[in-house]
Amino acid sequence: MDLRFLNAEPTDAERHAVDALGAGSRDQLLPALHAVNDRVGWISQGALNHICRRLNVPPAEAYGVASFYALFSLKERPPRVVHVCTDLACRVNGAEAVTEAFDAAGIGWHRSPCLGVCERAPAALAFEAGDPAEGRLLAPATPSEITREPSTWEEAPVSVPQQGGPGLRLLRRVGVVEPESLDAYRAAGGYAALRNALLLGPAGVIREVTDSGLMGRGGAAFPTGRKWDAAARQPERTRYLVCNADESEPGTFKDRVLIEGDPFALVEAMTIAAFAIGAQKGYVYLRGEYPRALKTLRNAIDVARERGFLGENIMGRQGFSFDIEIRRGAGAYICGEETAIFNSIEGYRGEPRSKPPFPVEKGLFGKPTVVNNVETLVNIPLILTEGCEAYRRIGTERSTGPKLFCLSGNVRRPGVYEVPFGTTLGELLELAGGVPEGRELRAVLLGGAAGGFVRPDETTLPLTMEDARAAGATLGSGVVLALDDQADLGGFLVRIAAFFRDESCGQCVPCRIGTVRQEEALHRIVGGRKLGTGGDDLALLREVGQVMRDSSICGLGQTAWNAIESAIDRLGALEERS
Amino acid sequence: MTIVGLGLPRRLVEFTVDGEAVRVPEGSTILDACAAAGKDIPTLCFGDTLEPANACRVCMVEVEGSRTLVPSCSRKAEPGMVVRTETDRTRLSRKVVLELLGSATDLSTTPDVAGWMAECGAEPERFGPPAPASDDRDDRRPGEHEIPDGLTAATVRQPVKVDNELYVRDYGKCIQCYKCVDACGEQWQNTFAITMAGRGFDARISTEFANPLPDSACVYCGNCVEVCPTGALSFKREHDKREAGTWDESRQTATTTICTFCGVGCSLTLHVQDNEIVKVTSPHESSVTHGNLCIKGRFGWQHVQNR
Repeated sequence: MDLRFLNAEPTDAERHAVDALGAGSRDQLLPALHAVNDRVGWISQGALNHICRRLNVPPAEAYGVASFYALFSLKERPPRVVHVCTDLACRVNGAEAVTEAFDAAGIGWHRSPCLGVCERAPAALAFEAGDPAEGRLLAPATPSEITREPSTWEEAPVSVPQQGGPGLRLLRRVGVVEPESLDAYRAAGGYAALRNALLLGPAGVIREVTDSGLMGRGGAAFPTGRKWDAAARQPERTRYLVCNADESEPGTFKDRVLIEGDPFALVEAMTIAAFAIGAQKGYVYLRGEYPRALKTLRNAIDVARERGFLGENIMGRQGFSFDIEIRRGAGAYICGEETAIFNSIEGYRGEPRSKPPFPVEKGLFGKPTVVNNVETLVNIPLILTEGCEAYRRIGTERSTGPKLFCLSGNVRRPGVYEVPFGTTLGELLELAGGVPEGRELRAVLLGGAAGGFVRPDETTLPLTMEDARAAGATLGSGVVLALDDQADLGGFLVRIAAFFRDESCGQCVPCRIGTVRQEEALHRIVGGRKLGTGGDDLALLREVGQVMRDSSICGLGQTAWNAIESAIDRLGALEERS
Repeated sequence: MTIVGLGLPRRLVEFTVDGEAVRVPEGSTILDACAAAGKDIPTLCFGDTLEPANACRVCMVEVEGSRTLVPSCSRKAEPGMVVRTETDRTRLSRKVVLELLGSATDLSTTPDVAGWMAECGAEPERFGPPAPASDDRDDRRPGEHEIPDGLTAATVRQPVKVDNELYVRDYGKCIQCYKCVDACGEQWQNTFAITMAGRGFDARISTEFANPLPDSACVYCGNCVEVCPTGALSFKREHDKREAGTWDESRQTATTTICTFCGVGCSLTLHVQDNEIVKVTSPHESSVTHGNLCIKGRFGWQHVQNR
């Protein structure tokens, strides 16, 4: 391509940051933008131009990509940026007090969507550009602490409430086994599953996974074995595995806990998946707001490679080569959509693609690709060590295996809990200690912002895919966010609407404009305001919601009305005000 | 003589549209089939010379077995498919999509849209009075927005961008159909001067850092103007005449001829009003240009009028 570049030069720091990545092509665009943003805190015209020259990308397109992500700045700003989570769980746990404290101290901050540390809400995340750049989390963030230098912020070690408890499978090593040590991982049963997989052969592994009944844990609940089988059957030999670790659904933090607490399990699981589907390369698309998970996972991948568990001839198996690259997201919920993730990795705007073709036929770089969520993958070693029969006995007939739930909001012991499918919502809330003393449960948001509400009298609901569906609810990504009688439900709904507006990629009309009209109508209803037309705002919400669901390109727009609809229909919210 | 590429013989696919059996060559879209069956499905982002962008969602139809509606412009016909173009769901979708567009965008120069809106009873004003124009759209950050009060409907209204003598960008009329980006990029021109920037409602067509066109990679082929379905992009001459109230299509003639600048032989259509060339387009069905021209063919006609 004969491209026209800008008449702008990079500074030395910008140039070095980009050049340190080595040679590359378009798919290095996101890492290159990160490199500059990490080094100097923002992306200047000179820096962008330098990236474009090195990667042979048109400057306009690189600008389109950079301006898509919330963590990048294309305007000069100070090296330190503080993101304060004002999303669902943090909202009900005092995020407003934190933002007020920042304002009172004269410290600039950005309003952030869910930072994925709901068990320690409210949270603040500080990024400090430099060499190296630093990301530090403060959670829970108290107004007295946030004015301290972020360099003194100390993050608590990863933990789960059931830590070390009996019967844990997915969480058995979290908080118990040293996450940095491969030896500790192996001593705790690690890499037995890959050994079994190599004995079974690819077709055998796919059969085990299919027979286990494992369904995707990212929200869509697609049978994993079927997905793998479809990819393995493609005539095209270059295939990819993508681990979706762009966990951004408000109220979801299980994947972060798994990565921070048991990173080798993910590496092993991906290696097994790659062996089964015949992929030579895997990507972990990790959300940009998870600095500690990035560090932990990077270490695990490096150590596994050094010890022959990644790379050529893995575990001595001649001809079995596989390696993993981490891709950091940069602040875009939509990049967790299974086709938007491809565009993001390839260096394009994270806009979902039209399906068909499906990823197993034409995915990353146009090749057959399997996209699996972190929790889904971490189930794989269990299946291969326990056997699919034993695995099937966990949970119910149609929802097999253990399931992680993210308990947050107004509960006494928030955190990630592991229970077999079929546990009731009430039992799960009981595990987390129920609502605080003297309060009453008002509602539970099940499945996240794209999920829906259930009432306190529905806590007998068994948590399975089929029971949730029959009840007109969804388990989604495993969010169980409790709201007590003091929670501001109207404000909560407005926040959900604002979230979808902010996170819409803007590609299709129903979602791009529909999410805006939904938010505006909710503000009118909650604020007791009326338009001059005197129109019925609830009817308007229903029509816009229906069309977002029917005609949006991807799951974001299709589910952007779910929670609000369920608040109206199941909780009777908003009615008394309109 | 026009030479038509016949390609390989294609199998026919049989399926039903609104209860009628239709047969189309393999690879045809539902929209192709509907057009062949004489059904008029409105489209905005569909470009006859471009790959479907799937963005506007005006052409949605119901396909049996599909959880959501599907875009007829891009979904390929499959054997046995059962398609319905006129159901409660498709009608509601079309109405609301047009209302959403009309509430956020100035559609006054978009051909046909007023008729479609009247037909399906679209009332964009039910979302509230349009919010006033803003001049910060190029600076908006993804992932944040000003909290609305709901008393006005957010719009993309903004000042017109006039930064060169050849064409004008009035993004208050832009529905973000991606056609200009595709025409400028790898589908035709390979210049890559413009892109979609930003995200969500604040997404916008932009050069790098929203620099003025003369500082960008733009080569002024005008192919983006050729494919723009809303008049967001227009030739400066047309824009000036519209501003002055002297643009009158009923007094215009269109004459197709061959460009005289080089030996390629591009087809030009000269639009003439009051014995003056007011714009140059190119027929999309021309096998030489497919509607595309270069700066000379598109803009180099002033000498004709030097009398």
